[in-house]
Amino acid sequence: MMRETILEAVNLRKHFRSGGGLGRTANTVRAVDGVSLEVHRGETFAIVGESGCGKSTLARLLMRLLDPTEGDVLFDGRSIAGLRGRTLRDLRRDMQFVFQDPFSSLNPRMTVGKLVGEPLETHSPELSARERRAKVAELLGRVGLRPEHAGRYPHEFSGGQRQRIGIARALASGPRLIIGDEPVSALDVSVQAQVINRLHDLKEEFDLTLVIIAHDLAVIRHMSDRVAVMYLGQIVETGPSEQVFANPRHPYTRALLSAVPEPVYGRAHDRMALKGETPSPSAPPDGCRFHTRCPFATEECRKRVPEMREMAPGQGAACHHAEKIAAEHGSPVAVTGSGRSEGAERRFAMYAEAIADRGA
Amino acid sequence: MLAFIGRRLLVAIPTILLISVFVFLLQQLLPGDPILAMAGEERDPATIEFLREKYGLNDPLPVQYFKWIGGVIQGDLGISLRTNQPVSELLLQKLPVTIQLAVMALIFAVVIGVPAGILSAVKKGTVVDYAANVVALSGLSIPNFWLGIMLILLVSVKWGLLPASGYTPPGEDLVRSITTMLMPAFVLGTALAATLMRHTRSAMLGVLKSDYVRTARAKGLYERRVILRHAFRNALVPIVTLTALLFGELVAGAVLTEQIFTIPGFGKLVVDAVFNRDYAVVQGIVLCTAVGFIVMNLLADAAYFALNPRLRKS
Repeated sequence: MMRETILEAVNLRKHFRSGGGLGRTANTVRAVDGVSLEVHRGETFAIVGESGCGKSTLARLLMRLLDPTEGDVLFDGRSIAGLRGRTLRDLRRDMQFVFQDPFSSLNPRMTVGKLVGEPLETHSPELSARERRAKVAELLGRVGLRPEHAGRYPHEFSGGQRQRIGIARALASGPRLIIGDEPVSALDVSVQAQVINRLHDLKEEFDLTLVIIAHDLAVIRHMSDRVAVMYLGQIVETGPSEQVFANPRHPYTRALLSAVPEPVYGRAHDRMALKGETPSPSAPPDGCRFHTRCPFATEECRKRVPEMREMAPGQGAACHHAEKIAAEHGSPVAVTGSGRSEGAERRFAMYAEAIADRGA
Repeated sequence: MLAFIGRRLLVAIPTILLISVFVFLLQQLLPGDPILAMAGEERDPATIEFLREKYGLNDPLPVQYFKWIGGVIQGDLGISLRTNQPVSELLLQKLPVTIQLAVMALIFAVVIGVPAGILSAVKKGTVVDYAANVVALSGLSIPNFWLGIMLILLVSVKWGLLPASGYTPPGEDLVRSITTMLMPAFVLGTALAATLMRHTRSAMLGVLKSDYVRTARAKGLYERRVILRHAFRNALVPIVTLTALLFGELVAGAVLTEQIFTIPGFGKLVVDAVFNRDYAVVQGIVLCTAVGFIVMNLLADAAYFALNPRLRKS
């Protein structure tokens, strides 16, 4: 089944130069280094990775808030590089964004009504002020706010409410694609679910395509159809979410998943703790970028850059040893024994003994 | 907001009183004796004693101060020892002149400095930015008096475009009043324009990096709207503060400019009064300037309310 592609990145690179000047050599930070991906119409596509892996830069490239050093982004099959004036405004109407920080991303000196109404002014100038107000009220209602909130300022709202204002704002122009750059990571955990659910409902209601960038797998797992895992500026694994979560093929994905606490009692899993820090994106390791931290790394990994290979239908991973690792270690979320580790068993035994002693 | 301004006014009262004490005491430290200057050549001891008694200079300092401040509260700033005119009358004569000069200079400064600052922030790192900075630096480093003299030479003497000096009250001939003041205002305004430009630039640079400006861009707004409505409005607070403080500085800075263009304003009055040890006049002027400063600050604070909705409710 081939679905229509709405957004496509082709070998996208963004390098930043930092430092330098006055005799010092400049560093080139390879924030995004050769990313290709396809987002299908109507799906929720997630991009995950640790902080510093370049996912926010990737988001900005996709939104064209940054221009790529190399490569291209296609929206509806058209390159968005070099768009200016009218065509860029049209793109902004069709493709909207929800930003990470709901506190700093809303202009503190404008009322909510103005903030949400502004895209309407630009993209639907034919609306009268009255119609615009009605539309704003409707949008606020859609995100669970009241119409009278339009007269208030952003600082009068909580984080979750602000993020919903951000969503209403993003919806105002009537976009077909919304990109969320860590849309809930700045919120309390209790509010995260609320905002995520809201986004999900709105996606159905407005027939949207969502691209969600996150470092939190729990958030991704529940709402995304497909997922791409990023490490040091590159995508190391991609595929349908269920498949990737159940059966990760790249050791980095395994490590990420094993770090997610499992809320089900008795479902402990092999923890795969990563050694060391992420290497600096200004001096990425040769060969496979993950080899410095990968417990399965071999000589080959140090020398040869792994290519993205199809592992299962729709699922690809960039690892030389993906098959071997899967064969030897199975799925990292497999149930093991009683669900208690050896140490835990010993502790339980000791408690039991202590209680027995006291009783005597 | 009214409560806030009321509170600020209450705070202003002790501030002004404190300033008045300082002014009064500093006067006492000045060398020289006005009575000796008044008594003339003979310096007849009886005359001196009479004059001292007449002007209350034999009273202990606190008594002198309270007599003076008591008068001030009733609008009586004392009598000039030199011209025997009431100080308040002198001030009322000269103040409008200096205010006209300062306001015009401020208009110059804002009209030149703020747009230049916005432009150089938006075009950061380009030729426009560098050019604006070079001009600003020149504006700051060229001394007022030199610029004034050069302008007189060029504009008035050589080209005969504007009058070289003097003053015409606006009530008498508005056009002439403004044209006469054009050059002095420009001279006085250049340094301010440069300061304003630098501050506007740095405030704008900070705001342009902020998330909500990115949001505004992402909305697909026209760049002009992003810069003026989203960025500039948020950069305005430091600019307003600075403008208010600069206005106070303008009145003080006017001294030199007034001398160059022989404008009968505050500056000339201060210089003359200091040289003549005309205590009452100097006290009156300093007090008046201080009050002006406080009023400008109050206006700036009030402007914050208009600019920053977060202040309104708390």
